[in-house]
Amino acid sequence: MHTQIQELEKAALRSDVPDFRPGDTLEVHVRVVEGNRSRIQVFKGFVLRRQGGGIRETFTVRKVSYGVGVERTFPVHSPVIEKITLVTRGDVRRAKLYYMRDLRGKAARIREKREALPAAK
Amino acid sequence: MAKQIKGVLGKKLGMTQVFDETNRVIPVTVVEAGPCVVTRVRTPEKDGYSAVQLGYGQIDPRKVNKPLGDYLRKHDITPRRYFAEVRTDDASEYTLGQEILADAFEAGQYIDVTGKSKGKGFAGVMKRHNFRGLGASHGTQRKHRSPGSIGGCATPGRVFKGLRMAGRMGNVRTTVQSLKVHAVDAEKGLILIKGAIPGANGSLVLIRTAAKKGVAAK
Repeated sequence: MHTQIQELEKAALRSDVPDFRPGDTLEVHVRVVEGNRSRIQVFKGFVLRRQGGGIRETFTVRKVSYGVGVERTFPVHSPVIEKITLVTRGDVRRAKLYYMRDLRGKAARIREKREALPAAK
Repeated sequence: MAKQIKGVLGKKLGMTQVFDETNRVIPVTVVEAGPCVVTRVRTPEKDGYSAVQLGYGQIDPRKVNKPLGDYLRKHDITPRRYFAEVRTDDASEYTLGQEILADAFEAGQYIDVTGKSKGKGFAGVMKRHNFRGLGASHGTQRKHRSPGSIGGCATPGRVFKGLRMAGRMGNVRTTVQSLKVHAVDAEKGLILIKGAIPGANGSLVLIRTAAKKGVAAK
């Protein structure tokens, strides 16, 4: 990519995005504009995937609301997001957790990640 | 009915996306526009039409041929690699050697962008003319992307001229009309255009005031 485009993108990147991975549970505080009023809506769920890079990077959060699965995709650097809070870290082995869509009930849980063990040897 | 068309030559750098004031994602093409220099002014008295010739890009002065090089030297203009003429009725307001930069355009304005489209080589009718090809199954054999029939039999006994067939595609001068300028960075000489423009990254593009929407929008 051309360096001048990279500079342009760098200027628009957010620096307050926490380090999160697929499987983590997040609270995404979204600015919602209704008419001329704006309020904050919280969307809480686990990260299904992260994809893309630079300003194009997006992530998808999935939650089950009243028995219905809801997924929302946000650009990581979108100004719509007021803030992202990391609730828990998840212990998963995949980068894309599409298999979670087919699971329900007790199976549809993600184990919480314990403190990283020191390298055993 | 005086049409005041502004123009600037530039280089397509590539595409990216930006967020607008309502926080929507806008796909933009970044063009490094200018600096251009006015190398000739065409007047109706002398040339029969009114236009401005712009020069852009660096070139080794030894590579410029004598007639052009001498003409430019006479007017104290360093030789340029690319030239383009922009037909405008207010050509007399330009002076030789005048610099034209990205700030000739402003955000929100509509423009036409001309460039040379990417070459696709010898392309079949599905890619070149959006034909639908033949069926995927039902006994179609080795003909899935073919054009089908190209005409009658003994009447007319020939294939009509201009019938769309496979052939060379792309690598031709293409203009995309009525694109919107999303932002102009005069300091860096960048113009952000909403949407895609013809040509590969790094290729030469000509940006002009839109023929259909440009003057009315002002």
